[in-house]
Amino acid sequence: MGEDTESSKVNHSFLRDYVTEADVISTVEFNHTGDLLATGDKGGRVVVFQRETVVGHKPKGELDQVGETGESGEYNVYSTFQSHEPDFDYLKSLEIEEKINKIRWLPQQNAAHFLLSTNDKTIKLWKVSERDKQPEGYNLKDEEGRVKDISTVTSLQVPVLRPTDLMVEVRPRRVFSNGHTYHVNSISVNSDGETYLSADDLRINMWHLGITDRSFNIVDIKPANMEELTEVITAAEFHPHHCHLFVYSSSKGSLRLCDMRASALCDRHTKLFEEPEDPGSRSFFSEIVSSVSDVKFSHNGRYLLTRDYLTAKVWDLHMEKGPVETYQVHDYLRTKLCSLYENDCIFDKFECVWNSSDSVIMTGAYNSFFRMFDRETGRGVTLEAWRETSKPRAVLRTRRIYTGGKRRRGDVGVDSLDFTKKILHMAWHPEENIIAIASTNNLYIFQDRVSPDTQDPDLGSNTI
Amino acid sequence: MYSKGTKRKFYDSVDAATDNKAALYSRQRQSLLDMSLIKLQLCHMLVEPNMCRSVLIANTVRHIQEEMTHDGSWQLVTEAFGSSGPSDHLVATEVLCRSSALEQQGGGPKLYSVMGYDGCREEEVVTDEALCSVTFSGGAPSLLGTIDHCWDRAELRMAAVEDRVIKDSGSEVESGEGAKTVMGQVFGTFEIKNGAPGSDPALEELFSAVDASYYDLDTMLTSIQSTPKMGPYNLLDSMASSHGPTSNSSCRTDLSELDHIMEIIVGS
Repeated sequence: MGEDTESSKVNHSFLRDYVTEADVISTVEFNHTGDLLATGDKGGRVVVFQRETVVGHKPKGELDQVGETGESGEYNVYSTFQSHEPDFDYLKSLEIEEKINKIRWLPQQNAAHFLLSTNDKTIKLWKVSERDKQPEGYNLKDEEGRVKDISTVTSLQVPVLRPTDLMVEVRPRRVFSNGHTYHVNSISVNSDGETYLSADDLRINMWHLGITDRSFNIVDIKPANMEELTEVITAAEFHPHHCHLFVYSSSKGSLRLCDMRASALCDRHTKLFEEPEDPGSRSFFSEIVSSVSDVKFSHNGRYLLTRDYLTAKVWDLHMEKGPVETYQVHDYLRTKLCSLYENDCIFDKFECVWNSSDSVIMTGAYNSFFRMFDRETGRGVTLEAWRETSKPRAVLRTRRIYTGGKRRRGDVGVDSLDFTKKILHMAWHPEENIIAIASTNNLYIFQDRVSPDTQDPDLGSNTI
Repeated sequence: MYSKGTKRKFYDSVDAATDNKAALYSRQRQSLLDMSLIKLQLCHMLVEPNMCRSVLIANTVRHIQEEMTHDGSWQLVTEAFGSSGPSDHLVATEVLCRSSALEQQGGGPKLYSVMGYDGCREEEVVTDEALCSVTFSGGAPSLLGTIDHCWDRAELRMAAVEDRVIKDSGSEVESGEGAKTVMGQVFGTFEIKNGAPGSDPALEELFSAVDASYYDLDTMLTSIQSTPKMGPYNLLDSMASSHGPTSNSSCRTDLSELDHIMEIIVGS
């Protein structure tokens, strides 16, 4: 910046890291039709992608005739905007990061699209709308908007709307601030279309989308004496169909289903989902690895999917005593917990998602790997989101971690896993087999393509 | 141990193996405790720390302390120091400065593998040495600068108890209480640090000398008047990169300074 003579001696690598740090994707979310895909990053920006409409695109259910139309539409950048800026909490003398923690779309009600985005403290409602016409022919202003000299106006004309290039406008419509003392980790739009919840480490608030100066506190687990704090809220979500039900997960591995009809403050749960700890496998890290990092209702509203450090679990809402299915995501890490504790990887928060029919669940892992589990067969597959190995339109091949026995070519050893390449954020298209995977700065979109020759779907990739 | 000429019996070697195992476990647990306490200290940066992570680490510390109290090794530590003031002081007493008693018991090399409870083999990490070598020869004020700004709340309190000599030995340890106070220190920072004046005399006393300069990383680091490589950040680096510390000074000579650190953490 002025010290050019010294620049050769200065190590610029930290600058490079700084620049890309802001591009790290921190959340991914499809809208309700799947035509739009929003990503938020650490720099507070939101990028919205839109799916190209392909002529002759066949709807789901007619995949066996896909031979003619071939590909589904690709996702291209639709709009980019700065959602949150870095802020400063003067009371605590601490910075407030602009990182976007979560994005949630509202169900579409008119031509415009609305989404909620949140950082640690403030939630914002954004309106994304298109404009493809523009009024022209004003009498008092010229085409650039400058006021005309009155003496040059000799006749009156009627302004008309003329088609222009498509413009996407994004405007903040609501700012929901000062609702949270602690860091917001989740937002969830209610099925009633009018309210949404926001959860921080100790409290959950319910807001009305139209009212920004008030929110209702519906859960408060803050102890009177902070010294007694042993548990925090890690995620929360509304039920997809019942507007009075929501669930929240805790750092102790429990899930609480709450019914807002029971009382205004839902500190007492309606149902508590907890798996009893296996006393034989208890270690100093048991509690940490049991902390739930994400919770998602199934689309049909009957199941819950949770992710803790080593497993993904499916719970039946009618059975509180334990999960109905448990999937080992990366059990080979169980013996490495001490190092993972030391380098803080044990605190990584992985997300998990359902597919559209609730038959497959997906979650991320390390080394740019992510896992999909077929609930019917119970089998899991490991896939990789890595630019070097996947070219556009290439078919994803499954990967294996070598943990003993016969080693095949392409197997990756546990000790050569790259723990800096973590797949934390992902989304699954609400209707089709299209997945979006965020891997640090990159967004990968994989689409299911049923080849005409076989019945087995394979995944083609589209790297953005 | 054996009279000359006595043949060692089989069961003796088994006993020795069991003792080694117990000592090993004890060292592993110790290093985990040390690591956890350092993590709690270092988690306060310019941005508010991740509360979930802090809570999980604090719970781990509590768990270790409970176990250590349960099997009596907590008592052992405090007796070795010949000090046990209020229980909350004891929480931190053996934290940064490895008990020489334990070391003598263990008798092993200073470098050892950090293993998980379930016996995984990981890279060697020097924690006890590094921690014992945290010297703050500049005296109490400079040592305070090395601890992250959030702990500086206890600065005044520490000064107040600095001269208090801990003579009482062998008193019962209430690890629960001790753990609670440590947790209070951790989670108290999530509350508003500078309370309204007059709201609470104890808080006022703590905050009246709060100096904003401790937010400045430079201030923090330059206030380490002894070997620069032993600041808290360097400590973590040295742990992560498995470097042995250069200073091999005995823990005992730095005990009093380390006690000061304990007081800060515990806020007795």
